[in-house]
Amino acid sequence: MKLAFCEDSFFFLRKSRTILHLDTKMGFQTLDELRAIVGERGLISSPEELHTYECDGLTNFRVMPRAVLLPNSTEEVQKIVRICHRERIPFVARGSGTGLSGGALPVEKGIVISLTRMNRILEVDFPNERVVVEPGVINLDVTGRVAPQEYFYAPDPSSQSICSIGGNVAENSGGAHCLKYGFTTTHVLGLEVVLPDGSLVHLGGKTLDTPGYDLAGVFVGSEGTLGVATKIILRIVKRPECVRTLLAAFPSTNEAGAAVSDIIAAGMLPAAIEMMDNLAIQAAEAAVHANYPSCGGLLLVELDGPVAEVEALMTDVNEICRSNGASEIRMAQSEAERALVWKGRKAAFAAMGRISPNYIVQDGVIPRTALPRVMSEIDRLSKEAGVRVANVFHAGDGNLHPLVLYDRRIPGQEEAAEALSSKILELCIAAGGSITGEHGVGEDKKKAMSKMFAEPDLETMQRVRCAFDPLQLSNPTKIFPTPRLCGEKPGEYVPHPAESAGIAERY
Amino acid sequence: MDAATKSEASGLHSSLRYKFIALVGNEFVRAATAADTIVGVQPKLVIEPGTESELAEVLRLSNEVGLAVIPRGGGTKLGWGNPPARADFILSTARLNEIIEYAWADLTVTVEAGCTIQRLQETLAQHGQRLALDPVWPGKATVGGVLSTNDSGALRLRFGALRDLIIGATVALPDGTLASSGGKVVKNVAGYDLPKLVTGALGTLGVITRAVFRLHPLPLNSRSFSVSNANAEETQKFVLAVQDSKLAHTSLQSHCSGENPPNSDILFEGTEAGLAAQETRLRNLAVPGSVSEASTSALMAREELWAFSDPASTAIAKISVLPANMARTMELMERTANAHQLRWRALLYAMGIGWLRLEGKPGALRGALQELRGELEGQDGSLVALHRPDKMPAFDVWGTAGDALPLMKAVKQQLDPKSTLNPGRFVGGI
Repeated sequence: MKLAFCEDSFFFLRKSRTILHLDTKMGFQTLDELRAIVGERGLISSPEELHTYECDGLTNFRVMPRAVLLPNSTEEVQKIVRICHRERIPFVARGSGTGLSGGALPVEKGIVISLTRMNRILEVDFPNERVVVEPGVINLDVTGRVAPQEYFYAPDPSSQSICSIGGNVAENSGGAHCLKYGFTTTHVLGLEVVLPDGSLVHLGGKTLDTPGYDLAGVFVGSEGTLGVATKIILRIVKRPECVRTLLAAFPSTNEAGAAVSDIIAAGMLPAAIEMMDNLAIQAAEAAVHANYPSCGGLLLVELDGPVAEVEALMTDVNEICRSNGASEIRMAQSEAERALVWKGRKAAFAAMGRISPNYIVQDGVIPRTALPRVMSEIDRLSKEAGVRVANVFHAGDGNLHPLVLYDRRIPGQEEAAEALSSKILELCIAAGGSITGEHGVGEDKKKAMSKMFAEPDLETMQRVRCAFDPLQLSNPTKIFPTPRLCGEKPGEYVPHPAESAGIAERY
Repeated sequence: MDAATKSEASGLHSSLRYKFIALVGNEFVRAATAADTIVGVQPKLVIEPGTESELAEVLRLSNEVGLAVIPRGGGTKLGWGNPPARADFILSTARLNEIIEYAWADLTVTVEAGCTIQRLQETLAQHGQRLALDPVWPGKATVGGVLSTNDSGALRLRFGALRDLIIGATVALPDGTLASSGGKVVKNVAGYDLPKLVTGALGTLGVITRAVFRLHPLPLNSRSFSVSNANAEETQKFVLAVQDSKLAHTSLQSHCSGENPPNSDILFEGTEAGLAAQETRLRNLAVPGSVSEASTSALMAREELWAFSDPASTAIAKISVLPANMARTMELMERTANAHQLRWRALLYAMGIGWLRLEGKPGALRGALQELRGELEGQDGSLVALHRPDKMPAFDVWGTAGDALPLMKAVKQQLDPKSTLNPGRFVGGI
């Protein structure tokens, strides 16, 4: 068996000039300097306390940072980053730590800048539909703040009650309602960013189309590799007049998928279309008793807008579901019922714990029309490997969340589950889709990047990275399978001796 | 190559010229004429590659020897930038005009940069779909040109701008690299969002060769209304009330000028039942008697603004302001135009983007634009002067890019270190 190296430091080793920053031992003097910025209570450096920060929501990668800093202001972030720049210390910004791709995984001997203390909503401007926040503000708190005036903040990742806006910006978070409302990037108008050299820049702004390159558009979703956002200008959206949620039970995900295609073909743009297969329904039922009908494929369709419009369209949706073989169709009759329907869906990942001791949450995207084909492939692979897969989808935009279930105590199961999980991503790529729809590449999917993109594509992205972070200090080991040195033309590819010997492969 | 081409292109090294011809064919390397001028700067050649890789190779050769390249689509917005510092030849995408993959059931399309917007829309309409965008001059304007100039119109209120519609792009960089980013699915966070970087970059980072868009269904029905307002204050009050209401309008724009009282157009799309209900709601919200049904051709308002008779005495600017500064902006435009003895009219979208036409003496135009820019930038806004008369004293098209300018220059340096593409045409001398 080949040994796969994803540890970038391995490749840094033979490029001695870049390894310097990873090898720098942070001296006590530097630590004292950092402590002076954030105060005694803003610095964590004891191993016991550091454990909390050694991973994010993806717990199978763990790295102990040298220290965690909890700044209170943009100025403090700048001071910290300037020292990092001077001393060549890599840093990783962190929000609530709910990410599922290891994006906030610390870098060895580096520091973590935790932004949880920068959690103020700075400005709420209803006439202009703008809110200005610090990065540590919790996603749902933005909606909480503007709800009395009947506004909401549209991106709604499942973790919205604990995840932070800063983290959402890093990952370009989506959620169930991005089918209609767009992603984080749609709702971020401007950013204040501390660049990796400690300087402060403003990208975008309160008004649209600020002159120059759309660097705000590049920054959102860059997974913390281009700097640290310290202020974010968000757009808020007026609540629609009504919201209607329908549940339809189908014999299998195939019929449910056909209904989705027909809804889209009818020219509708629902606020959300979610699908769950039988295993996912069972788990959600066991966990939160959402009162879902038992079936092979469950569809949740939500329409919003003016009452007359929504009611006319809901009649069509009903008809489409029925003609595609829905055995049961239910409308949520009250806000409480609607909330319960969504609770089941949003709890689906965590609910897997009810039916399996361990599981992997996968995140891939396929063109919607490839759904039946990809589903039957997943089913075949699952049977072949003897590993169960539960499926939860944002069906409207083809975003799959297969949950690969296994039992770590059974020898070989974890490996089989991991292998199956990466095969699913290969299916997504082969279908013309993407390796991640909303969880990000982070540490987890660097290898898959080379399968989705050609070398010149990745090379070009890294050139952009070099413009922001020539020393590669900001979350340096994420996204890219093979880091590039800035200011150097990529030379001939020289295989590492271990690769030539066939004991390692590069990704 | 004919004699004219030879003499015009005499500035180009002859071996390079032959390389171009060998690459793209004799008939696709022609001498530039006065019609190919870019803001008063005359290029020597027009080169029309037939494939993405030909285009990338032409670019690489030019970059190697330090020629300045002006990318061009339909050529409708060549004036939307500062005069180029250098311009050796025009690199036209006219022959890259294929619709590569129209996955209608997935609501996406992959299209080459030289395809016109109109041809694209006609193809999409066959499946009842559209690119939900209303750029000016769709009959000539191309996908690549519209992306590079970030040209969106009234539909932006509902569907977002190009940055919200583009999901993938392939770009030819000056070193000959063909780089793709994004993908063919709407939801995708793998890698940097470079489609957004090249959108609105005026071709200064790379030449867009193809793009992938998300599509929307054509509306089942649509209805448009015109609402008359007494003055700027009342217009703003109406617009903000609509924005703060539960109406689900597709677009909302207001006209104002020195001659007529302001009025607003509002467009609804949807089911018959939904449209009827929204009309009632609109009539309840507006001043009694101010609402009348209008034709949906109101979407052409921006082209009307651009249909001026005398380019030598007209300036057109795109402005961006906070939506709640609308009345203040209307008054500012009126005051400034009057002070400089200029005629003016403007179109303001509810999301704060506006288009202003000023007519009068070139010197006065410059003075007015300068003053307006100062005021708008002071309120977090901007003014970009997209059309200036030839005789108008020099005036930077873009205005300030703020403290991010050094970063923008660093991005330019990484992708186009020799300033091969559109040198000097973009913000801050980029």
